[in-house]
Amino acid sequence: MVLPQFEYLAPTTIGEACNLLLELGSSAKVMAGATDLIPPMRDKAFTAEYLIDIKKIPGLDYLEYDEKEGLKIGALTTLRTIETSPLVKEKNPATAHAAKVIASTQIRAKGTMAGNICNASPSCDSGPNLLAQGAKILVQGPNKDRVIAIEDFFLGVKKTSLEPGEIVTGIVIPPLAENEAAAYIKHAVRKAMDLAIIGVAVKIKVENGICTDAKIALGAVATTPIRAPKAEEALIGKELTDDVIIKASEEAMNSCNPISDIRASAEYRKDMIRVFTKRAIKQAMESL
Amino acid sequence: MKHKHSISLIINGDPVEAIVKDNLTLLDFLRDQLFLTGTKKGCEEGECGACTVLLDGKPVNSCCTLAVECDGHDIVTVEGIAKNGQLHPIQRQFIDKWAMQCGYCTPGMIMSAKALLDVNPHPTELEIREAIEGNLCRCTGYAKIVEAIQAAAAEMNWEEE
Repeated sequence: MVLPQFEYLAPTTIGEACNLLLELGSSAKVMAGATDLIPPMRDKAFTAEYLIDIKKIPGLDYLEYDEKEGLKIGALTTLRTIETSPLVKEKNPATAHAAKVIASTQIRAKGTMAGNICNASPSCDSGPNLLAQGAKILVQGPNKDRVIAIEDFFLGVKKTSLEPGEIVTGIVIPPLAENEAAAYIKHAVRKAMDLAIIGVAVKIKVENGICTDAKIALGAVATTPIRAPKAEEALIGKELTDDVIIKASEEAMNSCNPISDIRASAEYRKDMIRVFTKRAIKQAMESL
Repeated sequence: MKHKHSISLIINGDPVEAIVKDNLTLLDFLRDQLFLTGTKKGCEEGECGACTVLLDGKPVNSCCTLAVECDGHDIVTVEGIAKNGQLHPIQRQFIDKWAMQCGYCTPGMIMSAKALLDVNPHPTELEIREAIEGNLCRCTGYAKIVEAIQAAAAEMNWEEE
């Protein structure tokens, strides 16, 4: 099946790309790996008159770690690069895992983490992990650059807080201290080529046996990845015993209102949030 | 409005120059413009892997890649892996181990296997299964395919030594 007609544009600077995007408005789409663009265009789920390929822009394909700022991921860094990087596996294994569970080897060889969040699917696997880890999204606009906290990035299904002409240039994930750990668990029927029924990401900080900070983020149970503040409160200030973890998992379950769809019923999703919140907390504890 | 681009790329080791439309996928470019029909068209949405080719050594779904995106890049298809009239060890082992029935998934499977063995000459069974996670086979049930890739790895390692 032939793809609908569009014009392919390949700017070579970020400034040029932002100006094009601003000028062309909603008739243009930014493209990196294209794996989330071509299938829906073919299905006519959306149309674009222009695709702005950012792959010819130098300086957006990087993967670095800084002791102070943490893990820096470029907008063009592929999920496969993130997943297989010894640096990411060592410094932030939850992020390597969140990349690895997406789609297939082929999709990850082209797809990017930046693209995964810009697509803003409620079930995206990068979202909960970035949300639990307090990532910052680096954005370049036609006139200025800015940083968007991940909490403010997702607005709804396929909607982000990017303004006209703005392009994500990178993602920064704060470093995990010695007494901090993170985990992401995706629950799906198949191990590959499947979307999450639900996903749970956790980041905890434990000092002298007491949990002093916790963030819990849930995927595929709302229009965007969401935090579960009551579940976090159930952990903070406590020793992470089984009882405390079970209480937090129930709070997580009660804090979401998922929908029933082809993948699972709302009831099943809620119950799985309970089960996988518990597992994610335990998995994070094991890597402390 | 410009709807055609001039691209130059390397396909199976040979330089290729072509004029392509904006909306032409790499898959249709290979099959319909270059008549390299070894690469198969399956789902056309990145699910089945029948269209897998190597883009700069990495396995990608050619149905989800635009031809114009490949300007300046290196593409290898299943037609490009035999050397001097000899099938690639992966191809030979797919035959020897009966790792195909209808054969439709085979080119994609072989390209995913090649991408794996090029960077990991001693894969575990799990690594092989992960490497072909994006390749759907509706007849053989994968066991023979995994066996063939294992045998090809062993053969290639033996040849190396």
